[in-house]
Amino acid sequence: MENPGNARNYLTAREAGLVSCTTCGKLHPAGVKTCLRCGATLASRDTQSLQKVWAWWIAGVIAFIPANTYPMLKTATLGSQSESTLLGGIVELLHHGSLGIAGIVFFASIVIPASKFLAIAYLALGIGRPHRSSAHLRHQVYEVVEFVGRWSMIDVFVVAILTALVQLGSAASIHPGIAAVSFALSVAFTMLSAQSFDARLIWDADKDQDQ
Amino acid sequence: MEHALNFAHNSLGTDLTDLVACPVCDTLHRFSTIPQGGRGRCKRCHHVLATPRPNAMTRIVMLAITATILMMAAISFPFLTIETHGLRQQASVIDTILAYSDGLMVPLSLAMAALIVVLPLTRLTAILYTVAPMALGHHPVRGATRAFRLAEYLKPWAMAEVFIVGVAVALVKVGGLATLTIGPAFWAFAALVLITILQDNFMSSLIIWKTLETRGTT
Repeated sequence: MENPGNARNYLTAREAGLVSCTTCGKLHPAGVKTCLRCGATLASRDTQSLQKVWAWWIAGVIAFIPANTYPMLKTATLGSQSESTLLGGIVELLHHGSLGIAGIVFFASIVIPASKFLAIAYLALGIGRPHRSSAHLRHQVYEVVEFVGRWSMIDVFVVAILTALVQLGSAASIHPGIAAVSFALSVAFTMLSAQSFDARLIWDADKDQDQ
Repeated sequence: MEHALNFAHNSLGTDLTDLVACPVCDTLHRFSTIPQGGRGRCKRCHHVLATPRPNAMTRIVMLAITATILMMAAISFPFLTIETHGLRQQASVIDTILAYSDGLMVPLSLAMAALIVVLPLTRLTAILYTVAPMALGHHPVRGATRAFRLAEYLKPWAMAEVFIVGVAVALVKVGGLATLTIGPAFWAFAALVLITILQDNFMSSLIIWKTLETRGTT
């Protein structure tokens, strides 16, 4: 196996005068516009990739703000009502002494979404600029962001499950807060942002630098 | 560029069918070098390009049918039952979807129905529509290409397995406050997650695309 650090060993489709379909992998001579196998639109590189990434990114960040400031859950127990935001719920868990669960919720609902935004911004800003970190590292960041994306929807599901489950009349009942909607939107926008990213751009920069 | 083109014609030949470009880094590979039963990784970025498996088509069909049946069970039975102070409440997937059904949150209810039930079922149906006729040894049916493109597109949005982890989280959160009993749908969902992982392991989209092309569609 060749040394993966040396980009010059590899011939890309673009250098060979070909364009590959990102949906089905078929190769075509450069200039073909629609894939002959699956019908998807062909582009050697998605030149508008970064515009789309930033547009969805901004939408995601905007939706993330009300997700944190508005209540996620409305709890009613024996006549008393309380509303809790994402952070508020974590503080409450801390007061009850459940350090472990508070830590997990803090990590899953706040740290992971926030670092996803940072990671996508880091990748997008890195395109077209000289880089100190290797393409391999940035590629790994990209894979993690793509993988984690859909799992962030857990919070929205948990709120819905709790609402469906905890309907015990006057003893206890839980209702969803409006923050669940903005949280769900934020997750969806972030997924779209990551999907719009053309990963091949990361590797092009690597090659240009090597030569 | 001209040099690269010459290189392409001299060493790669003009036959493009054996060549495959890594969707992540665009590096060219020869498809025929990927061993049967092995995992063909991109030599530059290590992205998995294809995983040829013997009898993959038949296994995909079996797994997709199993997943569809499990999905039906997972939707219709309750997945959790809560009991406290003589009060009892069951929650099924339908109840969970309806949790957001009042007032401003109706769109979220629809989105939940799509993510947990509609999109996973659509994806399974599309996979069956594409692969089943080929597994039986026939040519792909009309519209198979389009169906498989839909299945590929829906992959990140079919979140049935994310939902089951959500159930586990809810179980931990409420577990201390009341008695919780796990219902049949919970196990159906858990099995569904395993089946989905197995299916993704057997289903190499690159190979399905190649087969679709060689067996010919109308």
